[in-house]
Amino acid sequence: MKNLIITALIVLIAAFQVNAQKFITKNGKISFYSDGPLEKIEAHNSQVNSALNTETGAIVFKVLMKSFIFEKALMQEHFNENYVESDKFPNATLKGNVVNSSEIDFSQNGTYGATIEGDLTIHGITKKVREEGTFTVSDDGIHGESKFFIKLADYDISIPGAVTGKIAEEIEISVDVNLAPYKKK
Amino acid sequence: MKMRYLKPHFLLSIMIAFIMSSFSSVAQDDMMDLFEDEKPSTDYTYATFKTTRISLGQSVENPANGNLIFDIQHHFGRLNEGAYEFFGLDQASLRLGLQYGITDWLSIGIGRSSFEKTYDGSVKAKIIRQSKGAVNMPVSISYFGNIGINTLKFTDTTRTNYFSSRMTFVNQLLIARKFSSAISIQLTPTFIHRNLVETIADDNDVWALGAGGRFKLSNRISLNLEYYYVLSKQTAKDFHDSFTVGFDIETGGHVFQLFFTNSRGIVEQHFIPRTTGDWLKGDIHFGFNISRAFVLKKPKEFSN
Repeated sequence: MKNLIITALIVLIAAFQVNAQKFITKNGKISFYSDGPLEKIEAHNSQVNSALNTETGAIVFKVLMKSFIFEKALMQEHFNENYVESDKFPNATLKGNVVNSSEIDFSQNGTYGATIEGDLTIHGITKKVREEGTFTVSDDGIHGESKFFIKLADYDISIPGAVTGKIAEEIEISVDVNLAPYKKK
Repeated sequence: MKMRYLKPHFLLSIMIAFIMSSFSSVAQDDMMDLFEDEKPSTDYTYATFKTTRISLGQSVENPANGNLIFDIQHHFGRLNEGAYEFFGLDQASLRLGLQYGITDWLSIGIGRSSFEKTYDGSVKAKIIRQSKGAVNMPVSISYFGNIGINTLKFTDTTRTNYFSSRMTFVNQLLIARKFSSAISIQLTPTFIHRNLVETIADDNDVWALGAGGRFKLSNRISLNLEYYYVLSKQTAKDFHDSFTVGFDIETGGHVFQLFFTNSRGIVEQHFIPRTTGDWLKGDIHFGFNISRAFVLKKPKEFSN
């Protein structure tokens, strides 16, 4: 009986801990860069929503496509209207897990390499991805960084013949987020 | 004996472990919900039209903040002038202009038309934007105003000629709605004041109502229609309403607008109240606009 109670108590305490360690940001930065033979295309989004559960290793990103800022307004319009069709697909999302989260001590300041695996959804198409990144834990919170490539064709983003050469087939994506502990309001 | 005692706890722990793991597989969706605890946002419509003109007349769009747009506008002569005039291509009515976005909602412009050697200065302001979400607004409304100055030499130099006689003023309210990604419609109530007109019977003040639309045929090509109905009786009697059918073709940094119209004039004070062409008689001008956008002020994300 005593063992049963102790087991139940430990399990209950562990269950509460699942909810305690969440880190969040609503101003994360994601940039993408296309290095085509004729033109370089660059865009920045500073309103990325991201959350990390340090207990389970679950990590999510929600990116409003309309918040990508381009240098040329016409390019931004093309991006939204013709390429990613942001009226139909307003957000890109990543729902994943830090696969080596058990090796990372998020309570200890330091820099940790991480591998993130999950479902990346862009333009309504979901693909499994596995990418490398870095978490830097400090007194201010958790800073996450990653650079990886995606193929436009994988997400059904077609490059019309008229602008082939202006847009690369593979796009470099840079992620830079500062996550702070989540406080329930 | 120990095995039998452990079994129920073991089973209980497994059950709880399963329940907890099912929590973590929906954990990502729960985490996505963390982003919802903010006030609902407003989604503003963008790109109601591809450029600042529907074909001849103004659209609700402004040049982007910090962008300078260079316009070349060209109307050829009438198709019914026949082969000798090369179906109108031998003649030209031209306007060169610049538009600059001072802020997100305010832009200014200058230009010069060959028709009566008219200089124009203009201002365009966004008043209301179409949106859904926290604020639901069914239309976008902008104001367009310009002053035109005719710089032809006065024909009768023996009488007193006033500079103010050269001036015309256009005021328009541009009311547009983007119905879908393929269809946008605009109404343009217009008030034009001419300081000097030909005869006493002619209207100094002309009221008109414009209606225009763009219909996207593909991602880069659209069909545009524009019609200006003149309300002021004398002007409506003496002149024809301006009607234009056009195509917008868009490439990287340029928008090309090709059209057929019965109007020779390019600025509002010329094509709205002074169109003499009759579509049914073949008084049709082929014309084109080319716009090129230059970024003078980079968005702050790029100024490093």
